[in-house]
Amino acid sequence: MKAKHQRLVLALFAVAGIAGAGVLGASALRDEAAYFRTPVEIKGGKAVVGEPMRLGGMVALGSIARQSDGLTIRFVATDGKASVPVEYKGIVPDLFGEESGMVADGRMRADGTFVADRILAKHDERYMPPQMGDMPKNMKAPTAT
Amino acid sequence: MIAEIGLALLWIAAALACLSLVAGTLFLRGGQKDLAALVRPASIAQGVLTATAFGLLIALFVRSDMSVELVARNSNSLKPMIFKVAGTWGNHEGSMLLWLTILSLSGALIALFEKRLREDTLIATLSAQAALSLGFFAFLIFSSNPFNRLPVAPPDGQGLNPLLQDIGLAFHPPTLYVGYVGLSVAFSFAVGALITREIGPAFARAMRPWVLFSWIFLTIGITAGSYWAYYELGWGGWWFWDPVENVSLIPWLAGAALLHSVAVTATRNALRAWTVMLAVIGFSMSMVGTFIVRSGLLTSVHSFAVDPERGTFLLVLMAIYIGGALTLFALRAGSVAEGKKFALLSREGALVINNLLLTTILALVLLGTLYPIVAEAMGEKISVGPPYYNRVAGPLALVLCLVMVAGPLLSWRKDDGKKMWSRLPPAILAGAAVLFALILFGGKVGILPLLGMTVAGVVAVASLAPLWGRNLRRTPLPTWGMVIAHFGVAVCLAGMGAESAFIKERLVAAAPGDVIKVGDFAVKFMGVKPVVGPNFTSIEGTLVATTSAGSSFTMRPEARTFPGLMGTAPTETNEAALLTRPGGQLYAVLGQPVTSDDGTADRYQIRLWWKPLVWWIWLGGGLIALGAALSLLGRAQLLGIWRSRRRRKSEERFAP
Repeated sequence: MKAKHQRLVLALFAVAGIAGAGVLGASALRDEAAYFRTPVEIKGGKAVVGEPMRLGGMVALGSIARQSDGLTIRFVATDGKASVPVEYKGIVPDLFGEESGMVADGRMRADGTFVADRILAKHDERYMPPQMGDMPKNMKAPTAT
Repeated sequence: MIAEIGLALLWIAAALACLSLVAGTLFLRGGQKDLAALVRPASIAQGVLTATAFGLLIALFVRSDMSVELVARNSNSLKPMIFKVAGTWGNHEGSMLLWLTILSLSGALIALFEKRLREDTLIATLSAQAALSLGFFAFLIFSSNPFNRLPVAPPDGQGLNPLLQDIGLAFHPPTLYVGYVGLSVAFSFAVGALITREIGPAFARAMRPWVLFSWIFLTIGITAGSYWAYYELGWGGWWFWDPVENVSLIPWLAGAALLHSVAVTATRNALRAWTVMLAVIGFSMSMVGTFIVRSGLLTSVHSFAVDPERGTFLLVLMAIYIGGALTLFALRAGSVAEGKKFALLSREGALVINNLLLTTILALVLLGTLYPIVAEAMGEKISVGPPYYNRVAGPLALVLCLVMVAGPLLSWRKDDGKKMWSRLPPAILAGAAVLFALILFGGKVGILPLLGMTVAGVVAVASLAPLWGRNLRRTPLPTWGMVIAHFGVAVCLAGMGAESAFIKERLVAAAPGDVIKVGDFAVKFMGVKPVVGPNFTSIEGTLVATTSAGSSFTMRPEARTFPGLMGTAPTETNEAALLTRPGGQLYAVLGQPVTSDDGTADRYQIRLWWKPLVWWIWLGGGLIALGAALSLLGRAQLLGIWRSRRRRKSEERFAP
């Protein structure tokens, strides 16, 4: 094989690699990327029941209720415009609490409750979920009704 | 005074960087020899001054000088000493100064020790390094001055995020930064070699120790960060595909590709343009990582403050450096001479496939990390999580491991494959044995963990094959390094596979006296008691874990509360308890107290995991770093220097 040809073969390999990676990445992104939703979007009908998604919001004041099994908690996630009830079984992360931001991975149940598989700890007391950054900083989270 | 001196030192160091850049440029354009003589001493002085400035910042933190804004915001006089010191880099400004210190010290080290390069390439390299540091000096002085004074000093500081008050984490940022910034040297070498058109084995040999050096630190940093997240966050996971983890993995992948391709260039004088390209990509990815983490694009424990001005500043710096280097590459790539030829079935061929796979994984991880940011700019919020990464990176990584089996058994230039095939049967047998054992006794195992453990079996045996038939005492250190690092990959892979396949989890609300069964253990909850720490209070649970063989161990998970300092809110953290056994780790987390319906509150949430072979993951990471370190020891000719010194001394002794 001549040197020129070798370069060509290597370049072709690289191009094939890039193309393959592109196809692989695009298809995986289409299947696996989950939408990030806020309560107002869910109320607006943007969430499909059973589809994996990520919910961001603030935990409404006075809304955390522990269930009698001692493991399941229910609370209300809100973005100031709408709120969604959330159910989670497990130990909540360190900085989880009322009137602070939280992000949960899970899916909507048919009864309108968001069932969380995992509540993400955003390890900063100043953390606000994206899309809530435009809320006034010192605003109190609305109380659950 | 200390703060003012620190700032003055930064200005002088920045001026020296400016001097190196100007003198170097004039020398390269006009060949004025006397100017070139300035560059080395200026680089060394810049390194010393920047390091001194960093030392002064540490001193301010140690003395708890609350008149300095940075100290007041991030430290507290009651903090244990080690965390006062670590607090220096536990914030944006301090960590950027650390970054710059490492950048300047690397420049100084090149100026002091690099003797193999041609003089003009060396000057070009040092000028490139000076240009890099100049931008970051501007960033630090104009938008993130760590030595800023407060008009009125508060009585005490606000303290450091309790999650960061952990001994492992105190050393995690410096380690990772040495890795990140070490790649800047490879970048500068590449730019220097492009300017003077000296791209060949000499350049590759000069660059190689630096690539190994920074890659060792990246490996240690990632391994330590993974272990920290594992035991400190209390979620029991060892890798979350979080963007901040990804941006440390991306330069690591680039470094891994680079240290294999630089081997080809150094030994065989092939893949020259590609090696230069990878050197540029490596540090570019470090900068992209720093930008993503520090700009506030992602909100996490790593983004200390969200400040759009800083983000824009970093973005502009990054665009200049990456754009400049790529333009230079595009201009000079055509004139890079043809490399030496090789057959597809050869060591070079295997390394080319290795590089293609590593860069493909890199591109896919980068895509997953950046896609949500781009999508957000377009008005759609999307999160890309573990399912994406496992699907794209998992299979490619397994193929990569199979290439790793073959590569070291092939000879350079051309191979008929006979030696490889004669040495492979034991490895294939080992893989088959693992596969059959898993299918027969493993129960239901996911396809990726199943293949992972099988490939781990193959790699573990095959990685030792290059040592067959060799005199082990005469085997060169770099060969030992390669064998150990590749074996480490197998250990790591086995740990990941076993943990994913056989993890056992229990979540209960337990009252004292309750027994929880998990894996091979019966864990008895004895109760809780309050404990007072140096700067926190905590509830400590006592668990007694008994194995089926009858040996028992006490575990003490804690739920800690750090009081809010100077008006900040109190913070709670979980301290998991870990029990390390030969077969894996038992992981216990103490959660919230549980109030029963009748009003009694003696139950606590307890989460237990049995994680088989999980510690192999970090053992593997450590072996990879050890292998790279042995390789560096051999390559950097440290031993050679030592030997020649000894010889010289003995010669001097006999001299008249």
